[in-house]
Amino acid sequence: MIVADRKSLKEILAMVEDDKKILIAGCKGCVTVCNTGGLKEVEILASSMKIARKKQGNDIDIDINVLERQCDTEYVAGIKDTVEDYDSVISLACGVGPQFLSEMYKDQTFYPGVNTTFFGGATEHGVWEERCAGCGTCGIHNFGGLCPIARCAKSLMNGPCGGSSNGVCEVNKDIECIWDSIVRKKMDAGKIEDLMGVKGIKNWKTARDGGPRKSIREELVQGNI
Amino acid sequence: MRLSYPADVKIIQVPCTGRVDILHLLNAIEDGADGVYVAGCLEGECHYLAGNLKARKKVEYVKRTLTEIGIEPERVEMYNLSSAQGARFAEIANEMVEKIKGLGPTPVKSNTAA
Repeated sequence: MIVADRKSLKEILAMVEDDKKILIAGCKGCVTVCNTGGLKEVEILASSMKIARKKQGNDIDIDINVLERQCDTEYVAGIKDTVEDYDSVISLACGVGPQFLSEMYKDQTFYPGVNTTFFGGATEHGVWEERCAGCGTCGIHNFGGLCPIARCAKSLMNGPCGGSSNGVCEVNKDIECIWDSIVRKKMDAGKIEDLMGVKGIKNWKTARDGGPRKSIREELVQGNI
Repeated sequence: MRLSYPADVKIIQVPCTGRVDILHLLNAIEDGADGVYVAGCLEGECHYLAGNLKARKKVEYVKRTLTEIGIEPERVEMYNLSSAQGARFAEIANEMVEKIKGLGPTPVKSNTAA
């Protein structure tokens, strides 16, 4: 899933400091699963903001709405009758949400309430870790199921760098050296020879380096059937 | 025992403090409560194993939120006591009320109230 962290209350309050009536739009997708932008978090943010504004003697009227997903126009369209009733809208979806909203409702201002961080999963309750860099050319099977593109600080393809020490990355002692794990896993399986071949230069055009990407499934595009 | 505790305290009963939500605490502050405290069972004695421990974490979350807003975090507290400690219950109620009186009325007041 896409993982995000909520922005600080101070930052969000500053975004809407001149507004009197706002909407906080949550999303039932990834940000609900990573407890950042679902119904509970939307309600907590709304209450926290009301407390802060009451303290300032500058009450704010806040409505909430948690969309099925903010990354599908059919659900974004669900607020079309009310979206212009607000001075602004805070989206607690990933970075896709405020953009889909801004594209559909050109006269409204949408603020991102979260910082979208990575593609990952929960390794324990309350802890999420990055697992995918969305490079567009998946080769996880070449590395024992552990992705060095996403999990090596340098995205190295042919083994660890000199900064690997006791299984820890030199960037941060809390980051495991994924190449240490890849090599150990292959050694344990008796398949270290799998890593002996030199991996060629990766074509990064399929990643962000090739510019914004688009995926078209002809069989699903309306009007083709 | 017929112990008395301040009339300032309004008690809301829950089956376990694990039921107490961040939103319950925030909404109380939002609606003008001068302070809120959660009285849970003794740590390690939760009938549902970790309800009181979860409640403490929620209280700590709300304390952090209040600090961020610039409101005294002491307005929200977590206490642990057993149901047999009636005297301690009254003592905590007095302690909390005294502390809140020391802090003064809540700064969270609506400017649109009638």
